Amino acid sequence: MTRLVTSTPVKLGALAVVIVLALLLPVFASDPATTNIAVFVAMYVGLATAWNIMGGYTGYISLGHAAFFGFGAYALGLILAHLGIAGGYEPFLFVPVAGVLTAVLAVGIGWVALRTRAATFVIVTIAMMFMVQLLAENLVGLTGGGAGLSFPVPPWTGDFYNNPFYYAMLLMALVALGISWWIRRSKFGLGLLAIRDDEDKALAVGVPAHAYKLVAFIVSAALVGMIGAVYGYYVTYIYPQFAVDPLIGLSMVLMAFFGGLGTLWGPVIGAVILEYIQLNFAYNFGASQLYLVFYAAVFLVVIRLMPRGIVPSVSGLITRLSSRQAVGPSDAAGSAQDTHVLAEPSP
Amino acid sequence: MSMLEVASLSKQFGGVTAVDACSLSLEQGSITGLIGPNGSGKTTVFNLITGFLPKDSGDVLFNGQSIANLGPDRVYALGIGRTFQLARIFPRLTALENMLVPMRRQGLRGLFAHGHRHDERTRAMDMLATMDIAHVAGLLGGALSYGQRKLLELAAVMMVQPQLVLLDEPAGGVNPALVERISGHIRMLNAQGVSFLLVEHNMPFVMGLCNDIVVLHRGSVLASGTPAEIRGNAAVLEAYLGS
Repeated sequence: MTRLVTSTPVKLGALAVVIVLALLLPVFASDPATTNIAVFVAMYVGLATAWNIMGGYTGYISLGHAAFFGFGAYALGLILAHLGIAGGYEPFLFVPVAGVLTAVLAVGIGWVALRTRAATFVIVTIAMMFMVQLLAENLVGLTGGGAGLSFPVPPWTGDFYNNPFYYAMLLMALVALGISWWIRRSKFGLGLLAIRDDEDKALAVGVPAHAYKLVAFIVSAALVGMIGAVYGYYVTYIYPQFAVDPLIGLSMVLMAFFGGLGTLWGPVIGAVILEYIQLNFAYNFGASQLYLVFYAAVFLVVIRLMPRGIVPSVSGLITRLSSRQAVGPSDAAGSAQDTHVLAEPSP
Repeated sequence: MSMLEVASLSKQFGGVTAVDACSLSLEQGSITGLIGPNGSGKTTVFNLITGFLPKDSGDVLFNGQSIANLGPDRVYALGIGRTFQLARIFPRLTALENMLVPMRRQGLRGLFAHGHRHDERTRAMDMLATMDIAHVAGLLGGALSYGQRKLLELAAVMMVQPQLVLLDEPAGGVNPALVERISGHIRMLNAQGVSFLLVEHNMPFVMGLCNDIVVLHRGSVLASGTPAEIRGNAAVLEAYLGS
């Protein structure tokens, strides 16, 4: 069973099917209500995956990634306004520029924040998020302050309107996932995981932890900034509180935790499930904050029943079941063993 | 020229002088024991040499080059490995991955290439086999016994052929049979050209293994010499047992 689930052709086949289905989604479900859900699900898949590069692999829990999200949105909005670019496909071409600018911000913030560890790092990231929000509010001449910043309005109408944004978000999610996969299997990624486990020990065996952490932070922030840029264009009007929104920053963290911190697919699964449920809450109960109560309930259950998240818990269960089938129920050593994405069978 | 030269090194924590003008030197190819009562500054000396703590004054020379202001990863890159008290390994990486983390790669391409390169894996498996723990290569570090962790930590440090390895209590908390094995591994690696500086409280282990012993007391060197000389030194006995 494990063999079947983990063999490479099966994995690639499943991945291809998922990508084709995602690409065809607007063809089958073209009503704006559905494609709107799809835009936000794809957005959170990208955000949770990008956050996981820092929070999951490196173990540095940032609760302030909303700063990069909002900064990316403002960066794109200001570029479009200053260059006088009209609505259409052209604004998407400037999304990478917003990403580069976010990366520059991340160098500065990371330089300071990464001098701290653990709980202090968490607090510093929250503080920096509110600083970015305050700047967006108070640099009125640049950002428009509390009056907000408008984007050019896209010329699309009706059922088609959401589609370009859906594909832009999907592309960002796939890019984030590709980078996450590449890092996970690389020498660099192994160094990040070592830092997560024991940073001093990692230093002692030659991992240049400061440089590694900063690179992971910048990559993670730049991806989040680009997704924020697409979001800004999608909603066409941004305010400091809604662009640098603490709830967006928390959501991506909770999704990664829910699906499985530090795994490749955990953040994807967490984002799809939680964002889908949250949007249905919004449709059925209006724009209330009721979903926050639901989030709290979900996390109480997860912490009780599978504290490592969905992916590690389920793959652990599969390993246990298959090893029980293979060698009988007495194989206590096999069942106690954790499954691991990079784990290799002992020869 | 000595391989490692510690020159009047000092370190204070608040008002406490942990290391006080400590000087010692270590010759290429030696196994040197650093002993002393609890709180005499042995681990602090280790942390100063390996860049985990900034010194207050003094210097550390490795092959004639000052390393006192380098960070731990840089010190490691120059050829000084270390282990920790109570065996620190990466608990959520497999034993094999624990072995691969220390491997160095050339350039950015190496860094972003696959983390499990074939030649590195082969070398890691060989080293695990040398330490008799090849059978746990696929297990997570956190699932290993304390003794296996000790051996894994030593094996991982040896992956890049360091010139000098600092061992913090290599025989601490393990059974007598394993102490024998660890001692055998150290001798074997020493015969291959690796020098060792070790902190240890197990006196038979130290006396049997080391060819040089340095005794620390209140942060400075009280005595140094061969095991026989140290055993007959009245000042050392007094420091350990009190007068």
